Amino acid sequence: MEAMGWGRYPKTTAELIQPANSRALQKFIASQKKSASCIGRGSGRSYGDSALAEQLVSSRFLDNFLELDQQQNVLRCGAGVKLGDILKICIPRGLFLPVLPGAKAVSVGGAIAADVHGKNHHLDGSFCAHVQKISLVLASGELVTCSEQENPELFRATCGGMGLTGVISDATLSLDSIPSSYINQRSLIANNLAECFEHIEDNADSKYSVAWLDCLATDKNLGRSVLYLGEHAESKNMEIDTMYGERFGLGVPFSTPSFLLNKTTMSAFNASYFGAQKKKKRSTTLGYNNYFFPLDRISNWNRLYGSKGFLQYQFVIPSESALDCITTVLEKISEKGKGSFLTVLKKFGESNENLLSFARSGYTLTLDFKNEPTLFSLLEDLDRIVLAHDGRLYLAKDARMSEEMFKKSYPNWEKFMAIKNKYDPKNRFASLQSNRLGLTQ
Amino acid sequence: MKILIIGATSAIAKASARIYAELGCSLHLIARRDDQLALLASDLLVRGASTVSHSVLDLNKFAEHEKILDAAFTELGGIDIALICHGSLPDQEKVEQNFKQAQKEINTNGISIISLLTELTPKFIEQQQGSIAVITSVAGDRGRQPNFVYGAAKSLVSTYLQGLRGKLLAYNVNIVDIRPGLVDSPMTAQFPKGPLWSSPECIAQKIVKSIRRGSHTVYAPGYWRVIMFVVSAIPEFIFKRLKF
Repeated sequence: MEAMGWGRYPKTTAELIQPANSRALQKFIASQKKSASCIGRGSGRSYGDSALAEQLVSSRFLDNFLELDQQQNVLRCGAGVKLGDILKICIPRGLFLPVLPGAKAVSVGGAIAADVHGKNHHLDGSFCAHVQKISLVLASGELVTCSEQENPELFRATCGGMGLTGVISDATLSLDSIPSSYINQRSLIANNLAECFEHIEDNADSKYSVAWLDCLATDKNLGRSVLYLGEHAESKNMEIDTMYGERFGLGVPFSTPSFLLNKTTMSAFNASYFGAQKKKKRSTTLGYNNYFFPLDRISNWNRLYGSKGFLQYQFVIPSESALDCITTVLEKISEKGKGSFLTVLKKFGESNENLLSFARSGYTLTLDFKNEPTLFSLLEDLDRIVLAHDGRLYLAKDARMSEEMFKKSYPNWEKFMAIKNKYDPKNRFASLQSNRLGLTQ
Repeated sequence: MKILIIGATSAIAKASARIYAELGCSLHLIARRDDQLALLASDLLVRGASTVSHSVLDLNKFAEHEKILDAAFTELGGIDIALICHGSLPDQEKVEQNFKQAQKEINTNGISIISLLTELTPKFIEQQQGSIAVITSVAGDRGRQPNFVYGAAKSLVSTYLQGLRGKLLAYNVNIVDIRPGLVDSPMTAQFPKGPLWSSPECIAQKIVKSIRRGSHTVYAPGYWRVIMFVVSAIPEFIFKRLKF
């Protein structure tokens, strides 16, 4: 079958294996022919080529809830369970996932492999900070448990390890108690980038914090943005809210022609969005779906970028040089006549000990560009800027970073390799990404 | 509501059970594999089922049916919905050439269901209420070359259900014949998938809805009714030459 990530670039032909349970998964891994490389795949929500290989081992049928301990607020579930499904069963019990990325279709296995982050990274860290235990199927087919106590080095390599240590079968997660499933949102308008940074720093104690940027504004408007702050409302209301789009089954049935997304339309969209937000009420209460997953209103929104797909570009840089770096990046994009449809800025808290995790103390900017031949030289320019500021790119979104860039910006890659070689000496687990980055081959 | 699901670890059954669990129903599950049943039972409890019990049986052991259904009725204290989901997809060439194999497949997909229905009928008549839903297949609508052994077993059940529906009308018991089209599940893992394939979750939603509405013959998804109408309308002198 044709396989691709959420960005629909690159595309490859792969064999899809869907084990019916963890025993079938073990059996498949153990029996695998030596020549073929395989990689675990959840919902296919990583953007680039990190979940692409000759054989994709799907967690689709590993989707059972195994145990919910309501005294300890601990949930054990299969790797294929989607975060949105966890919320559906947790919220009525007053519980919530401590870290949520921007898509609820993300699977537990995928969230661990990419060590995803949410709007509260500055306070609560990334997804794996709340993972107690992982059951992992190794290259030998053996099922092992890893946690901070048990096989700690394997745990550190698997959290954020992009599926290269094995296929996750199930995981044990800590949950948070919440006062309600509704979020009180406050929005702050910033007329330029410096103002946005000020707002973020002034509100560092806010539970959720993320800024939307108008990437196409230039000169004195450069970096004009809206900072969204959120706190759980105290209302005790544990409802599952519905989103308009979802209720009416709003979706994009096929790839729309990519010329619809050009600088003029993006500029118009961004300017009108900024204008509308400026006029809007400064504080409002939203259901968790509308707050955390606004893009899920339109299913298959990734098709809007055309049949060639799009590339996300997310980097993190230390706080000291963030203003400088992001200004240079935005200027570079506008100089090259490109634009990002959705641009998001967020402050990260401290990094963790996982060897390949992306998040580290500083600021992260997310950009997306429709795929076109002239884009790649721009992204290489951006790579140089990011590297010069001691930054790095998010592996879950990457589809084209060079091996050199990766090895310079992820200093723990050699430690990671040592552990991978110990558990998977023949590189049974490899993705197109890991081959490109020189981690396997 | 009290729900009995037979063949509970099949993909469609699992997806249906999850919907009933989220509605807070009590469930009793019957299937062949003990470990998979236990997994599903804990999943359903987390999803909100009031109670979940299960018993293990290879459904081709017809002699055990009475006992296991008695136990299910006792466990749940009456049954509102019985959903029969088990089945297997044989390799047509193999079963064509080997009667033993064919018999086994017809037992699994046909006779075992008749046996279960025979046991269920007096119990539902006594209750004077409830629904019995059976998953058959669009393959039962017309015998096609690539799967007519499977299709024959399924049409056996469909025909039986039609008669039973009338018989139980007076007792306020509805019979639902669910005919899924192509379903992307572990049973069909070896086939390449196209646009006509649907997910077990989509079929499950249709099942729950049609049981609630008291439907009779349900194609899932609905467009299979049109497809099968066309397939059935093809004159035999043409149809016999078709290989699909």
